[in-house]
Amino acid sequence: MATPVKVYGPPMSTAVSRVLACLLEKNVDFQLISVSMSKGEHKKPEFLKIQPFGQVPAFEDDGFSLFESRAICRYICEKYADKGNKGLYGTNPLAKASIDQWLEAEGQSFNPPSSALVFQLAFAPRMKIKQDQVVIKQNEEKLSKVLDIYDKRLGETQFLAGDEFSLADLSHLPNTQYIVSATDRGKLFTSRTNVGRWWNEISKRESWNKVVDMQNKSA
Amino acid sequence: MAAIKVYGSTFTTATRRVLATLYEKELEFEFIPVDMRAGEHKKEPFLSMNPFGLVPAFEDGDLKLFESRAISKYIAYKYADKGTQLTGGDCKKTPVISLWMEVEAHQFDPAASNLTWELAIKPLIGMETDSAAVEENEARLAKVLDVYESRLAQSKYMASDCFSLADLHHLPTIHYLIGTQSKKLFDSRPHVSAWVADITARPSWSKVLATQNKQ
Repeated sequence: MATPVKVYGPPMSTAVSRVLACLLEKNVDFQLISVSMSKGEHKKPEFLKIQPFGQVPAFEDDGFSLFESRAICRYICEKYADKGNKGLYGTNPLAKASIDQWLEAEGQSFNPPSSALVFQLAFAPRMKIKQDQVVIKQNEEKLSKVLDIYDKRLGETQFLAGDEFSLADLSHLPNTQYIVSATDRGKLFTSRTNVGRWWNEISKRESWNKVVDMQNKSA
Repeated sequence: MAAIKVYGSTFTTATRRVLATLYEKELEFEFIPVDMRAGEHKKEPFLSMNPFGLVPAFEDGDLKLFESRAISKYIAYKYADKGTQLTGGDCKKTPVISLWMEVEAHQFDPAASNLTWELAIKPLIGMETDSAAVEENEARLAKVLDVYESRLAQSKYMASDCFSLADLHHLPTIHYLIGTQSKKLFDSRPHVSAWVADITARPSWSKVLATQNKQ
């Protein structure tokens, strides 16, 4: 029996939960190893060996280590192509190109403003850090513009890269989950017809429910 | 008429990223300039090619794509047997290439792009450089380059001893930065400095710089 892969980091972390969602979609056994961010474990020399930027997650598969959640997800999909959701990263080059396009859009256009809002609205209060209203307003405007584009796209296709759920949609789950369920800005998503429909569909997936469960249990 | 078309502006880092890939792969293509000053990228028909209103947009026959890093990957895989091997080749290491491509996109590019804007672009268009933004982003970039320095002590290129997309993706922004005060961040790190000298000397990069926006 293969050794389970190892994921280092707390399930609360959006980037860690991205990897967990992917592993669960692919039915790949994993071991979650805790990293205490409050104790600064992620900045210590032993951790920096496997993630030199001092961020979570880090990942190991049978001695091979990796970091950057989207690179880890792609690796999981390639290596375990025949397991679980076989179409997650596309089953042909054209499908894959479209998924990569929307993964880049997520990373470049969606992630910066949504991450800023997740930090300001969901994490800063619990960390007793003062919210920056200017940052919140700027990023809400940026995210609104991105979601207008998404709404048009999702009126043309069922999911972002096409008519099947893919890694591109999955990559949006972590930040959106926080904004919709842990802040009062959820209507950014739910008030847009197609984005709302899409969020409903992707957030109901069994794999994502398991991740949210892990997050709630570790809180 | 070439099956491959690139719509963009030759001054932009993202357009150059795609052009560099096409030149490395020795592929025929048609370059169609987009008049950004006239806001062509924010209107139809360009928006149908990239709804985010960003350059470049790309076509290969019926396939249409946007996002330079997705385009370069598509080209590198589709035309794997042509020109330079950009996805590992003899050195393999595909997941490691993927890793350093993400590092470029999420760690390097945010700070490097801000500096490019402040130090290389703003002066060209008569805007004032924000020195606080420069200081902040140079500090961010320095931390990233410290990691790069350790990495490049272990292999000649980011992922392995073979040049790959992980290196190529850095070219456009590095080109701008080494023409500014931020050059010192690269020069002061010997392995990074050697790597910069190597990748910017590639013939494909000279071809990119020679490609002009032409009607």
